[in-house]
Amino acid sequence: MKAAVIVFPGSNCDRDCKTAIERTTGAEVSMVWHGDTSLPDGLDLIVLPGGFSYGDYLRCGAMAAQSPVMRAIKAEAGRGTGVLGVCNGFQILCEAGLLPGALLRNAGLKYVCTAVALDVVNSQTRFTAAYRDRRDVSMTVGNGEGNYFADETTLDRLEGEGQVVFRYRDNPNGSARDIAGIVNDRGNVLGMMPHPDRAFEEELGSSDGALLFQSVLASA
Amino acid sequence: MRATVHVFLKPGVLDVQGKAIEGALHGLGFPGASDVRVGKTITFDLAGDDPAKAETEVKSMCERLLANTVIEGYRVEIG
Repeated sequence: MKAAVIVFPGSNCDRDCKTAIERTTGAEVSMVWHGDTSLPDGLDLIVLPGGFSYGDYLRCGAMAAQSPVMRAIKAEAGRGTGVLGVCNGFQILCEAGLLPGALLRNAGLKYVCTAVALDVVNSQTRFTAAYRDRRDVSMTVGNGEGNYFADETTLDRLEGEGQVVFRYRDNPNGSARDIAGIVNDRGNVLGMMPHPDRAFEEELGSSDGALLFQSVLASA
Repeated sequence: MRATVHVFLKPGVLDVQGKAIEGALHGLGFPGASDVRVGKTITFDLAGDDPAKAETEVKSMCERLLANTVIEGYRVEIG
């Protein structure tokens, strides 16, 4: 398996993602600078990590969505390559139009940093197949703008088409319909606010995130 | 020409900052304040001298970058 982690100015989970992928899958992980215009060949997974790309200027993810590397990522997504956006990466994917909706300021106005219990709503995706019958998993969130928003029609469609992949059991940020993670209609682009990259070994409090990377490995 | 863009969350999108400010205004003794909305203003110089063309150009900037039209509306002034 080959993976790439995109590094934006202000990313702060890029090395966590690299370590998580390497330790859970043994994959070869390249770090790709946001100013690059091409990606390594033969990738199975592209990760947009968490952080505060471009200092969250204008809107979270708005500037990163215009980065030179995003054109290459859109092309790869169009070819069916797996793309995972975690936290700020989820915000970037929404801003780039690769996922529907947007992330608003948390309903409680506070930055939320806590462990969250999640429902794996759809374990039929390339990102979640290894969860199989495990519905109840634990990861952590750390965000100020993780409140997923989309219009009612879009939310109905996401639910109807099985595009809601993770749901909060106890919604920490006001997300519409308790949504914690969604895939695009083709199922190869996943955006999620919880961090699988912070939950890949028991020493971190949970190893449930490892199954996500191992799912991608199995599909590679 | 000077372009000014006002960006606000769309009606119906919860503006939590506006809500917090509204609460604070009530606490300060301004009970008449309601429906507080927080937005941003972006202003910049723009080359050219055709206001109609400038407005079209700035609207394109709004659609592509300055506003996220999933959640935000915008208003353009050319002056």
